[in-house]
Amino acid sequence: MGQHVLKALESRQPEGPSVRHLLPILSKVVSLAPGTLREDQTNLLSKRLVDWLRYASIQQGLPHTGGFFSTPRARQPGPITEVDGAVATDFFTVLSTGQHFTEDQWLNVQAFSMLRAWLLHSSPEDPSAPDADDKSEMEGSTLSVLSATSTASRLLPPRERLREVAFEYCQRLIEQSNRRALRKGDSDLQKACLVEAILVLDVLCRQDPSFLYRTLSCLKALHGRLSGGLGCVRALLPLAQFFLDHGEAAAVDSEAIYQHLFTRVPSELFHSPMLAFEFIQFCRDNLHLFSGNLSVFKLNFPNLFKFLAWNSPPLTSEFVLLLPALVDAGTALEMLHALLDLPCLTAALDLQLRSLPAPSERPLWDTSLRTPSCLEAFRDPRFQGLFQHLLRTKASGTMERLTPLHRLLQPMASCARVAQCAEAVPTLLQVFFSAVTQVADGVLTNHLALLLLERSDALYQVPLYEAHVHRVLSSQFLALCKLKPSLVVELAKDLLEFVGSVSGIHSRASMLTSVVWAVGEYLSVTCDRRCTVEQINKFFEALEALLFEVAQSRPSATLPKCPPQVITVLMTTLTKLASRSQDLIPRVSLLLSKMRTLAQSPATGSVHSEEDSEAICTRATELLNLLKMPSVAQFVLTPSVEVCEPRYHRDTNTALPLALRTVSRLVEKEASLLPG
Amino acid sequence: MVHAFLIHTLRAPLAQDTGLCRVLYSCVFGAEKSPDDPRAHGAERDRLLRKEQILAVARQVESMCQLQQQASGRPPMDLQPQSSDEPVPLQEASCGAFRLAAGDPFREARTVVWLGVLSLGFALVLDAHENLLLAESTLRLLARLLLDHLRLLALGASLLLRADRIEGILTRFLPHGQLLFLNDQFVQALEKEFSAAWPR
Repeated sequence: MGQHVLKALESRQPEGPSVRHLLPILSKVVSLAPGTLREDQTNLLSKRLVDWLRYASIQQGLPHTGGFFSTPRARQPGPITEVDGAVATDFFTVLSTGQHFTEDQWLNVQAFSMLRAWLLHSSPEDPSAPDADDKSEMEGSTLSVLSATSTASRLLPPRERLREVAFEYCQRLIEQSNRRALRKGDSDLQKACLVEAILVLDVLCRQDPSFLYRTLSCLKALHGRLSGGLGCVRALLPLAQFFLDHGEAAAVDSEAIYQHLFTRVPSELFHSPMLAFEFIQFCRDNLHLFSGNLSVFKLNFPNLFKFLAWNSPPLTSEFVLLLPALVDAGTALEMLHALLDLPCLTAALDLQLRSLPAPSERPLWDTSLRTPSCLEAFRDPRFQGLFQHLLRTKASGTMERLTPLHRLLQPMASCARVAQCAEAVPTLLQVFFSAVTQVADGVLTNHLALLLLERSDALYQVPLYEAHVHRVLSSQFLALCKLKPSLVVELAKDLLEFVGSVSGIHSRASMLTSVVWAVGEYLSVTCDRRCTVEQINKFFEALEALLFEVAQSRPSATLPKCPPQVITVLMTTLTKLASRSQDLIPRVSLLLSKMRTLAQSPATGSVHSEEDSEAICTRATELLNLLKMPSVAQFVLTPSVEVCEPRYHRDTNTALPLALRTVSRLVEKEASLLPG
Repeated sequence: MVHAFLIHTLRAPLAQDTGLCRVLYSCVFGAEKSPDDPRAHGAERDRLLRKEQILAVARQVESMCQLQQQASGRPPMDLQPQSSDEPVPLQEASCGAFRLAAGDPFREARTVVWLGVLSLGFALVLDAHENLLLAESTLRLLARLLLDHLRLLALGASLLLRADRIEGILTRFLPHGQLLFLNDQFVQALEKEFSAAWPR
């Protein structure tokens, strides 16, 4: 296909009217199948592109003549104008306007539209990774040698000539984008052209480092203009990318650029969906940024979270990939708090927008929601500190408890944007934990576990949010314990306190189940030699009290029924503890028979379903049977490390009950074999 | 380069009628590279695959658009047909972008830029690193042209029968998927050309 097009291009006159229609086909062919054109064909097209880009007419075209009866116009068409109405001072570009256009001006537009793709695909691959050192050396030496004036460019071979012309075109576009366009469509185009010019310059500098010196001076001036707040903010991203790609070679202090990008842009423009998307794409494309010598920008994660808090549906999957690069042992705890408070951040951002001194023409916040009390709270000086902490741009190193804000912002908890953000948090928590466990040492693991427990009771009350977060936190708590079994012994005091706080049972059933299970599993000498009998006894007493409380509680309108899993896990854990401190065995046997009786009583039947009562009864029986053979019980319930083969213990739902059932059958058989 | 352009239905968020998102028009400019598969793919099979991919994109766009509208608290869309003289409120149209991961549904990662106007959604499927500013303004331009010249939102306008007009617009403003840097005057010139070729 490309061959046909090229033949057509070669044979026709350069001003043929249908050449305009062939260029896009060629561009597509080159993008999809880069190797199809021969070198002489590439050179021919490069030459043509040079003509169209640089030497298009600067006079306006003639209007199509109306027909036989149209009066011949005496006046000549005027010159091309710039977008602000001034007469064009230099060669024709896409930002030049006029009433009518000549064919070569059309081709100018087409040529620029395909320029970047053509430059990328028509050049052979430049040697990248292995020669990186050589390249930067070459760049450095070239810079010191070259002056700012361009060489006698007409004598260059076609590819180099095209690059030179492309460079001049981009420079001109950057200058033209500074003018004040008269029409809105042109003003939008100026921004798009600015971005494209920077992208093309990036390609040129990568292909030929000799452009770097001239480009840098041009772009530094542009950056000054953009960071002053004038002009197109979205162009900051390709600009930052350019300095990332070439900054080292030119020894530019690009720190200021990233500083501006990470501290000001997110806090001012988080509400623009397109900018948010592009910004996060930029971060994703440059993940190495966060681990290299610019890793200080990891500290700006609170600012980056603002994009996510406001635009969660499109950005959640992007953050799943970005978050691991931001996780750092030093800020892990603060980040966990920030993730748990993300829906709260959404509400605060909404209030911030409403409180702006100069609101934009179109309201950016949720107009269907009216929350005067929240707005008052936002402006209240007593809560300034907390709101400022929530809306901070950089990790502060401190961890404020935002519980008062949770209460104050309750009216906004059901608004759509907050709910959408809340849906994203559980996924991100999973990602966070899998990343942080790779860098966490023992101390951090302990802190994380404690934070989990503490925050499970202190969450912003978005509908369904607490339930989903609890599910993640409880499974992550177990994962932490598995990673570091000695955690349970080291945090025994805090866990004891957690277990003793009865008021939390109903709202934190899943957390409680995990903690109790972890105690049963890891509070033993095999996991940590510092485990004392005293600790075991203390836990036993606390859990025994809890079990009685739970078993005898009656659900009411305010307290939901306690899930049977809590009862069974309490029974199992108590049995495990007893198998380690055998003085407790009689006590636990008594307890289990009481539980069995209770489970079979009609009173319990009204609370739990028949299945649940039966499950409790069966478990109690199995545990009782197990305790009749204390050494077996110890083997089953506190296995030593060699015995802990994954295939026997991975699925905690089946392994232990399986063992218990086997033992029960054995005991019953034994009982039937005894005489009498 | 633009891989595909599509127009599809947009239902109001929390619409009572469950119905399905329908693709009203689509045009695929690119071709998916499939170097590994030695079997000759039937043309029919390729066509079906492309249709499914486009439908997957349309559903995602609809869902993103609905979520954004809910989040910004806009009143549910007024699905009453516009009278043909009223200017279409494009400035207030929701717009956004999201990424499609490689393999889901296209072989390579791509970006989608979308625009939601009343009951219609317009979307461009782009290669992963495109000039999004240009894509956004091109999409707005296409939407305006299509709504103006085809009066798509008017009652009884059967979009499916006007594919040739839509193609007329696309060949001029997005030839073979090439995004063009068109300033206002160029747009006017092309629009005049189109009106001459396809009188209303």
